Amino acid sequence: MDKIVFRKPKLLNDTPFHYCPGCTHGIVHRLIAEALENLGEYDNVVGIAPVGCAVFAYNYFRCDMFQAAHGRAPSVATGIKRATPENTVFVYQGDGDLASIGMAEIVHAATRGENITVIFINNGIYGMTGGQMAPTTLQGQKTTTSPAGRDPLEHGNPIKICELLATLTGPAYIARTSVHDVRSVKATRDALEYGFAMQKNKRGFSLIEILSTCPTNFHMTPAQSLAYVKDVGCKAYPLGVYKDIGLQAEEKKA
Amino acid sequence: MRKVIFDEKLCKGCELCVTACPKKILALSDRTNAMGYRVAECIDQSKCISCAFCATMCPDCVIEVHKEK
Repeated sequence: MDKIVFRKPKLLNDTPFHYCPGCTHGIVHRLIAEALENLGEYDNVVGIAPVGCAVFAYNYFRCDMFQAAHGRAPSVATGIKRATPENTVFVYQGDGDLASIGMAEIVHAATRGENITVIFINNGIYGMTGGQMAPTTLQGQKTTTSPAGRDPLEHGNPIKICELLATLTGPAYIARTSVHDVRSVKATRDALEYGFAMQKNKRGFSLIEILSTCPTNFHMTPAQSLAYVKDVGCKAYPLGVYKDIGLQAEEKKA
Repeated sequence: MRKVIFDEKLCKGCELCVTACPKKILALSDRTNAMGYRVAECIDQSKCISCAFCATMCPDCVIEVHKEK
């Protein structure tokens, strides 16, 4: 007899992912499913898919999924969570969706302290449309619309979402993690679990930013892309917890 | 016994499992699947320590890992 150490989580169905080889969207999808399963959440889960490469995320999860208009996923999640507060609601957004067109929605959802969990995939490039410069593109990074590398004088500076949202009063948990190696993948799963636990305890808005790759548009192999995130991405976007108000409310002093 | 089992029809040959394996027993085979990718395989199951690093890094949930009791 043997025991199974690792198998596909039950919250993902058997549809093969449409993502390019080595794309970390697949890893993050699996981590979300694992985190929800570890918390015992199977039936009362609603996910919101973004516009971007992950637009087909609703094909892969064995839970209710919505697909929101470009950037409006936090607003759709607000409505779903307020109408059916018994559901665990997660929002899955990329950097073009959240940091560009959806900036107003995410900032206001965060400052209202909506009781939702946002998973923000930051790979610093527009993947689906062919590798254009994103708001989160690193300084000096080459894209199809910044072929000589991003120049702050010409293209502006990258937006750091975690630092920005952590200044607000509303959010309960803001963290940045990565998926560049086994240790960071496990840390990401722990952060996701913590974010979902925050929502379960009605503590309010949680956002987990995950540094990700796009091997196709980085013009690198999958392994080189992960090394790039480790060496360059993690320096520009420091990993860590930016805000955490704790899982339990502080007891009122008598 | 087979400790790492690949669902070859899902594999896209990205080699992230190959770089993650601490025992260096994974490699791309010469076989291709229906999607046209060369699939990864384990070349020596007896050396596997069932650490599941390959499955942790696999973006396509290709790998199932077993451990002897």
